[in-house]
Amino acid sequence: MVVSQRGAGPGERTVVGKESGSNRAPRLRTLTRALPVTPALVILVLFLAGPIAYCAYIAFTDLQLTGQAESSFTGFDNFRTAFEDDAFLNAVWLTLVFTFLSSIVGQNTLGLALAALMQRASKPIRTLTGGIVVTAWVLPEVVAGFLLYAFFRREGTLNAILDWLHLPSQNWLFTLPILAVSFANVWRGTAFSMLVYSAALNEIPKEITEAAEVDGAGGWRRMWHITLPMIRRSIGTNLMLNTLQTLSVFGLIWVMTRGGPGNRSQTLPLFMYEQAFQKSMIGYGTAVALLLLVVGSLFSLVYLRLLRTEV
Amino acid sequence: MAARTTLNTRRAKRRYAADASLLFVAAAFVLPLAWVILSSLDPRAGLKVKLPDGVTLDNFDAVLKPDITFTPLLNSLILCGGATLLTVVCAALAAYPLSRFRSRLNRPFLLTIIFATSLPITAIMVPVYALFVQVNLIDTMQGTIFFFTASQLPFAIWLMKNFMDGVPKELEEAAWTDGASSFQSLLRVVLPLMGPGIAVVTVFSFVAMWGNFFVPFMLLLSPEQMPASVSINDFFGNRGTVVYGQLAAFSIIYSTPVILLYVLVARKLGGGFALGGAVKG
Repeated sequence: MVVSQRGAGPGERTVVGKESGSNRAPRLRTLTRALPVTPALVILVLFLAGPIAYCAYIAFTDLQLTGQAESSFTGFDNFRTAFEDDAFLNAVWLTLVFTFLSSIVGQNTLGLALAALMQRASKPIRTLTGGIVVTAWVLPEVVAGFLLYAFFRREGTLNAILDWLHLPSQNWLFTLPILAVSFANVWRGTAFSMLVYSAALNEIPKEITEAAEVDGAGGWRRMWHITLPMIRRSIGTNLMLNTLQTLSVFGLIWVMTRGGPGNRSQTLPLFMYEQAFQKSMIGYGTAVALLLLVVGSLFSLVYLRLLRTEV
Repeated sequence: MAARTTLNTRRAKRRYAADASLLFVAAAFVLPLAWVILSSLDPRAGLKVKLPDGVTLDNFDAVLKPDITFTPLLNSLILCGGATLLTVVCAALAAYPLSRFRSRLNRPFLLTIIFATSLPITAIMVPVYALFVQVNLIDTMQGTIFFFTASQLPFAIWLMKNFMDGVPKELEEAAWTDGASSFQSLLRVVLPLMGPGIAVVTVFSFVAMWGNFFVPFMLLLSPEQMPASVSINDFFGNRGTVVYGQLAAFSIIYSTPVILLYVLVARKLGGGFALGGAVKG
């Protein structure tokens, strides 16, 4: 991962063409050179930085969706309301459960396990499994939501299998909605971890693991003492990206449960949406969004640190 | 000799164990996929995986109508195609100075870009909606296209810059000596040499937007502008009882383009293509 520059660009030395005159005015040259960045910069400032700044502003107002000419500045009221709001605390808790179960435990561990197994498995089975898992990942979010909705419904596939095994079936989307959507997220997101870890494991030199094997180190010990330390950077990167991705899942949960029943699978994005649009409290919804954004930024900064150690 | 044989049998045993575990996971993962394929062919599809009561294409026939399939897919194509084009052009232009010229601003700019790559876009949709209402961009295709572009650009610039770094500078110097401008050498020398990179950025952006539900769900209001990712919900709401066979058929039609694109690029560049340049370092 190279953040720093790879060699100088065409310096004065190499430039013969139209830029030779601009040596007298290096500032002008810098400007001309930066010119191609402008379209991207304009779009990013207007449509990304703008909304973020606006988000930071209206989070401190009581802006509402309907019938209000002006909003007024209310300081930290929205945040105070949030931390006294049981529904908000519920959403925070569910987001933590959802992220922990589906991203950290589910996608990450299963992805690593699959990648490790694939190193040993025979080729046709490796290709088959890889293909299926990646298909689940490539499918549009909403389609994935429908497929798992069908899977977990009372009349769905899961209960049919449980019946067949003579195990008690239940209405998963009603009794354990957060578990159902977590599994759905594992189904949809594991491929990413699998690909990251496959790439990382392929980079471990064969001689190292073979040497350990000849020395009699068993599978688990090799995994724990050799493989994991060698891919720890990939683990960090992957955990970070998985968590960020999972924090902002909306469509999958929306399709499967709408955040319900009641608010038992209402994670922060769904809570934010409900406050802003179904209850018309844009200001309050945005305050929640801002909190989410801040948490995301913190993760993002840690991710940057991880990348920087590699430079 | 004996040691080698035990090592080999141990390896064979381990391979069987790995194969068995992978097959188990594959079986679990394939169930929802099997449901969508079997149900789409089933005249009386329900919610569980079962062999169809006779194979029929009626479900596809029923959804292949302008208002159910063609208009939403066309909308998806306009939105994602437009935004992808804009993303790729802007990213290629922006990546060029970042990759070629040394400047004090490069590093902070790139760090900001990577930072923006991992921001949760979901979180800013409420303020974007409020902002779009004020500047009259709400419910417009162009507004949504611009927002899609902005959300995809950080990652696209980052990927594009990494791919561009792989094109040797020497090749360009020849063009400069012949009097080509930076723009000409970007267009005629650099971009043609990074075909695979551009393909990856294009496919990655397109696939991400094609599957995105929240952005059009928030920024578009009128039903006739909705892309497939949002209109698919009508199978539940507006048409009375849910015909699962038709929902499955539509899901397949809607998902096919992105799966094909993925297979195409993965075939050409090896699996995990997009990750190679960006994620693992």
